Amino acid sequence: MSTCLGTVEIPSPVLTASGCSAFGRELAPFNDLTALGAVVTKSVQLRPRSGRPTPRMAETPSGMLNSIGLQGPGIDGLLADELPWLAARGARALVSIAGARVADFAELATRLRDVPGVLGIEVNISCPNVESRGEVFACDPVAARDVVAAVREAADPAQPVYAKLSPDVTDIVAVARSVTDAGADGLSMINTLLGLVIDSDTMRPVLGGVTGGLSGPAIRPVALRCVWQVHQTLPDVPILGMGGIASGLDALQFVLAGASAVSVGTVVFHDPSAPARVHAELAQALAARGFAGLSDAVGYAHR
Amino acid sequence: MSGFLTEPAPVAERPPVQVDAEVAAARPVGAYVELTLAAPEIARAAEPGQFVAFAVGGPTSAMLLRRSIAIAGTAGGRVTVVVAPHGVGSTWLAGLRAGDRVDVVGPLGRPFPLPPPGTPALLVGGGYGAAALVGLAARLRAQGSPVAAVAGAADTDRLCSVAELGELAEVTVTTDDGSAGRRGWVTDATAGLLGAAGIVYACGPMAMLRAVADQATAAGLPSYVAVEEAMACGIGVCMTCVLPVVGADGRTRFSRSCTEGPVFGGDRVRFADVGALPADVVGADAMGVVLS
Repeated sequence: MSTCLGTVEIPSPVLTASGCSAFGRELAPFNDLTALGAVVTKSVQLRPRSGRPTPRMAETPSGMLNSIGLQGPGIDGLLADELPWLAARGARALVSIAGARVADFAELATRLRDVPGVLGIEVNISCPNVESRGEVFACDPVAARDVVAAVREAADPAQPVYAKLSPDVTDIVAVARSVTDAGADGLSMINTLLGLVIDSDTMRPVLGGVTGGLSGPAIRPVALRCVWQVHQTLPDVPILGMGGIASGLDALQFVLAGASAVSVGTVVFHDPSAPARVHAELAQALAARGFAGLSDAVGYAHR
Repeated sequence: MSGFLTEPAPVAERPPVQVDAEVAAARPVGAYVELTLAAPEIARAAEPGQFVAFAVGGPTSAMLLRRSIAIAGTAGGRVTVVVAPHGVGSTWLAGLRAGDRVDVVGPLGRPFPLPPPGTPALLVGGGYGAAALVGLAARLRAQGSPVAAVAGAADTDRLCSVAELGELAEVTVTTDDGSAGRRGWVTDATAGLLGAAGIVYACGPMAMLRAVADQATAAGLPSYVAVEEAMACGIGVCMTCVLPVVGADGRTRFSRSCTEGPVFGGDRVRFADVGALPADVVGADAMGVVLS
C-alpha cells in the first residue's frame, strides 16, 4: 500500500485533508499518525488569522458548507508549535500554504525549507488574489501558474509541491496543465465547491461569510470526474484525490480514476478514526480485486 | 496579570475514545429524552462539564456532523445524556430505544475546575443545561462545598434534573410562565443567592450564561460557564464552534468551544461579540479588520 508523493515514498496512500484535521494533534487519540501517508495541515499564511465570525457551518444533504476563513496561527506558530509536535512523533506533514499574492506563497515555501517532518507542500490556490481584484488564483490558469512556479522555485528541492485545484472552473484540465507546466510535482483534487444555504426562518444566509465551501460525499462524483478528466489528459502527473471519500471503496474509485493517493476530509468530522479505517478498507478492497499493489490499480478504470 | 476572576479551565486528564455503544435505557423526561449508554471507557474517564459527540442517523446516514451533548451522569459503566429534540439529528437521537446502538465519542472538552474544598458554590442551569450540573454538584459536595442550585426553564416540561440536583443541593426552580417554582428568570433567583456563594457555575442558553456571568462578575465572584455552540466534529478539528474568549495572556482569540471549552471563565467570554469579529481578536488584522 506504499505510494509516492512526487518522489517521496509514503507508507500509506491515505492522508488527511487540509482544513479537516487541524494540525493533526486532535486525531492522535483515534489514529496512528505515523501510519498515515501524511497529515495535510490546515492552510497556513504568513500572519495569524482569526478567521470569520460565526456561524461558520451548515449541514447539507450528505455534506456541509463551511466558511472558516482560514483561522490559524500563521507560519511562525506553525514552525514553533505544530510542526515540531508532529516531527517529534514521527508523523509526516504535507503543509498547505495560502496567500493573497504570489510573493506570500514564495515566502512561505522558503520558510518551510529544511524543516524536520515537512514532507512537502500543498499550494492552496483557492484564495483571492489581491493583485488581481480578488479573483481566485485557481480560477485563472495564468495566476495559478505564477504561484506554483514561484513556490517550486522557492521550495526545498526535496519537498514535492502539489497544487490544489478548484472544481469551480470551466476547464480544470487547462488549469492542471498550466500548473504542471509551472513545475507542480502533483495535483490535489479537489477543493470545495462554492455553495449557499439560506435559513428559511430568518430568510438570510446561514453563514456569517454568506457563501461557503461545500464538502462531503455530496461532491464525490464531481471530484471523481475531475480526477478522471485530468488523469486522462495528463496520465503521468501524480494526483492526490479527495472530495467526499468516506470509505475504502470510495477511495478505490479515486485510485481507479487515476489518483495515486487520497485525502479524507469531511468524513473525519463524522468519524475521527476514518483515516485509519479507510486505509484498512482500501487495502482489503485492492486485495479482493487481485491487485498486487496500489500502483497496479492507479488509473485502471481508463484501461 | 489580569483583573480576571478566573483562570482558563485546564484540559481534561484523559483522552477521548470512540465507541459503538448500546443504548441501555431511554426514558422520556418532560420535553426531553434521557438516554443511558453502556460505555464504560467513556464513563470511567468523564469529568463534570465534559460532553459526548454522537453520529446520528445510523450507518447510512446523510447527516455527517456530530451532535454534541453534555454528560448528565456516569455510574456503573454507563453514561447518561439528556436529549432535547429540535432538529432532525437530535430527533433521531431522541428516538433511540434500549438495545439500539450508536457511535459516540467522548469524553470531550474541558471539565469544570473545582474551587478550594469547602467553597460554597451556586449552580445555575437553564432548560436541559441543568443536566450538566448534576455530576458537578456531586463532586462539590464530596469535597465539602455547600451547593445551592437554580434550575429554570420556559415551563415545567422544559425543566430538567431538578430531582437529581435536589438530592445534592438546595434547589430553587423558576419558570417563565410560572407553571413550576417561581415565575421569572433564573437571574431573579440567583440575585438573592450570590451573597452566600464563593463561586458560580452555569450551563444553559447563551443569553442566560451571559446574564449569570455578568451577575457573578459584578459581585466579584469567579464563574464558569459551559457553552452550547453548534459543533461539526466535537474534537477540535473543524473550527466551526469558536467564540471570542480572553486568554490567560489577556488577548482575545476565537477559541473552540469543544477543545478550549465548553467550560470557559464567565468573565473571559465576550458574549456581546459572539457572531462578530472584533478588531482586537488575534489575527483580525489579517482578515482586513483594523483597530480604529
